[in-house]
Amino acid sequence: MTSSAKKTSFPQNVDRLLVWSLRGIAVIVGTIVLFIIGFLILESLPVFRKVGVLPFLRDTSWNPMQGVYSLTPMLISTLLVVAGAVLLAAPIGILSALFCHYYAPKPVANLYRRLLEIMSGIPGVVYGFWGLVVLVPLINRLHPPGTSLLTGILLLALLITPTIALIADASLAGVPQEYLQGAVALSLSRWGTIREIVLPAARSGLFTSIILGTGRAIGETIIVLMVCGNIVQIPSSVFEPIRTLPANIALEMDFALGDHRSALFVSGLLLMGVNLVLVLLAEAIAQEEIYHN
Amino acid sequence: MDMPSSETQLISSPSEDDLPLPCLYIDRLSLYYNSQLALQDVTLSIPKGSITALIGPSGCGKTSFLSCLNRLTDLIPNCKICGQVRLEDLDILHPKTDTVALRRRVGTIFQKPNPFPLSIWKNIAFPLREHGVKDRQRIDEIVEQVLVDVGLWDEVKDRLKSPALRLSGGQKQRLCIARTLALQPEILLMDEPCSALDPITTHIVEDLIVSLRGKYTILIVTHNLAQARRIADYVALFWVKDGSGRLIEAGSVKQIFENPQQPITGAYISGSRG
Amino acid sequence: MSRQNIPPSQNNPSGVPRSPATTKSDLIARSQKIAYADILLSLLVWAVAISVTAVFVWISVDIVWHGAGHLSWEFLTKEPEEAGRQGGIASILVSTGLLLSVCLGVAVPLGLGTAILLAEFTVLNNWFGRLVRRSLDMLASVPSIVFGLFGNAFFCVTLGLGFSILSGGLTLACMVLPLLIRSVEEGLRSVPHEYRLGAASLGLSRSTTLVNLLLPAAFPSLAAGLILGIGRAIAETAALMYTSGYVERMPESLLDSGRTLSLHIYSLSMNVSGGDSSAYASVVVLMILLLVTNGAAIWIGEHWLHSRIQN
Repeated sequence: MTSSAKKTSFPQNVDRLLVWSLRGIAVIVGTIVLFIIGFLILESLPVFRKVGVLPFLRDTSWNPMQGVYSLTPMLISTLLVVAGAVLLAAPIGILSALFCHYYAPKPVANLYRRLLEIMSGIPGVVYGFWGLVVLVPLINRLHPPGTSLLTGILLLALLITPTIALIADASLAGVPQEYLQGAVALSLSRWGTIREIVLPAARSGLFTSIILGTGRAIGETIIVLMVCGNIVQIPSSVFEPIRTLPANIALEMDFALGDHRSALFVSGLLLMGVNLVLVLLAEAIAQEEIYHN
Repeated sequence: MDMPSSETQLISSPSEDDLPLPCLYIDRLSLYYNSQLALQDVTLSIPKGSITALIGPSGCGKTSFLSCLNRLTDLIPNCKICGQVRLEDLDILHPKTDTVALRRRVGTIFQKPNPFPLSIWKNIAFPLREHGVKDRQRIDEIVEQVLVDVGLWDEVKDRLKSPALRLSGGQKQRLCIARTLALQPEILLMDEPCSALDPITTHIVEDLIVSLRGKYTILIVTHNLAQARRIADYVALFWVKDGSGRLIEAGSVKQIFENPQQPITGAYISGSRG
Repeated sequence: MSRQNIPPSQNNPSGVPRSPATTKSDLIARSQKIAYADILLSLLVWAVAISVTAVFVWISVDIVWHGAGHLSWEFLTKEPEEAGRQGGIASILVSTGLLLSVCLGVAVPLGLGTAILLAEFTVLNNWFGRLVRRSLDMLASVPSIVFGLFGNAFFCVTLGLGFSILSGGLTLACMVLPLLIRSVEEGLRSVPHEYRLGAASLGLSRSTTLVNLLLPAAFPSLAAGLILGIGRAIAETAALMYTSGYVERMPESLLDSGRTLSLHIYSLSMNVSGGDSSAYASVVVLMILLLVTNGAAIWIGEHWLHSRIQN
């Protein structure tokens, strides 16, 4: 019926067309991130050419209209607000996960998980709005002004706690049953079991949850924009207003022109850099855990 | 012990009646997975319309051998085949061979029944449509015909549109055979088709396979020597030698079971090895 | 328990710390210590759970209390007046819908195609597949404001689209792609391999197998991924500020600027004095939309999984 030299059939040709179209699509998708980095660099070049890199670290303050470009106060403010949020959210998140697994009766745990899932879907703008309307006046009564580092920390912590809790919850679920049975057999206390057996076993998942939460906090613009006061400075107390890098971009993009606009792209590059470091850190930890286990 | 690798033929004893012509020629077939030799220099001829049982312990390449015959090895990454396989005048291993047409002529039944997550009717109609049968009435005729052939028609005729996944294991396997038969293949490759089934269902499927003799050429991999004896005309024994699968001996059922030429064959048949 | 250095004594000349003492009172003291730690931790954990719940309830009640009153059919169907203090959010809802359509219209084909390629047509360690995955991981970690910068520079300026729903939608598509691709890829990978083998052995082309067998079987994951993507897009604010703009009018075309719900909330609370009550109501609408989409994703996940298992 057929000989070996027959041309390829219609279905085979369709298949080949499909594969090449898909490859084309994947190439487009794969290059998006390159485009992003490329454009960031492209738009940053004007100001780099004009003033170089050092002013972004060494200048006295941020005032691009006067040619002053230090990103340092805002970088530090960003790191402070994120660190504060993570320091608050990580224990709360992990304890919440422990609650779901080891302390709450099943229906309560499931309800709590649902709650966390709903909370993790609440967008930053909602937290920011509530913070502006409720939290800021409250903190203002404590120590004016209400818009401050503290408000930002509290709201960011609210934002990322569900993320940390849910991922920690998933990684606790991965702790093998045998470990727990062994602990019961040795009549270890609950705290002992958790401290010595569960937490070490779920260590990499817990780290991942914290890193993901940190990433989310770094990228969050709206909350900080709404409740932190937006003053460029290195705060000397938690009650002082601050401005973070993302908030700065959002604020000034409106009217920034020329070198100013270019400088904003530089800060965008810095943000991407910080995020990249975080992602690499997460991978390194994941690799090491796999290696050791 | 050495055996002449390119001389193993199926027809050996001159007292056999005139045998059907071979329709499938395998010549020095070798298979590599990830550069590791899995199957070496298999040479075999399969007579038309016969049932050939491929026996041997696990891991000696019987399933891999079957996969070569309709180029299902194309789906396995890092897999290389050397040698020649000819279906009458078609060079199966040639890169330009139309695998779609090939796989219509050489059908496969798998160890674990794998009907599609579609209705019973659609399981058969869908491949038919893809192979060019568009007329709805014709499809219905073929569906009924093959379901009758596999003995499923009475059991499912009232629920052709219900999901195939709800059938029992034996029914699923018979459905898989039915949808393969619908394409009117010449050769059926069966990889331990009954090993996932209970004894009663196995009996039913075995009867079905035997009923297909003559119309189709069947190669069936089996671990069950009794089954091979029951249903096969010819037997080919595979074994692992020097790290790769080899064809040790092939011949008629009578010859292999009563008068094996190779010591390994004798040992395997008698159960003292394998 | 910390090991303390015991000074050498008559009973213990070398001063090497021995294992915890074995007197009865010591054991009781130790088990009491453990009991205290356990109780403390229990209290702490419950306190955390209760606090988190309390904060959530506080926020929810506050929002519903202030927002529900302002909600009405008119609110949903009239356009904003007086910068949003009065009137409704009709144009906002339309803009949000249009933005979503652009976003999904671009992201779904691109995402589906890439996911199919990754799941079906690349060997796992293939260099191309790895590169694409790497790139997607990096894309997923880009902060939203940076997407805004990129969108502004590329779509608004370079491509000349200006502040428009088109720019915003395309930017959102970039953000939503990694999410979509991950869902679809997982869905395809979870389809049993036997179907592919069976289809191949019947001489069915890979395209046919994909369209008629694999994609329908992976449908729940596709749907769930889509819905998660919608949720992400609705919630996004920062990336849209400088790509789709702020205009609160009803958009006439995709090249018009438009404001989404989240941006409207932001604008009302930051730039419009007295806009709080409208903002509260908008928050309620936003939360309802998000709850519906998240609920749908969960429902699909559970419902379809269930029917799969039954088969």
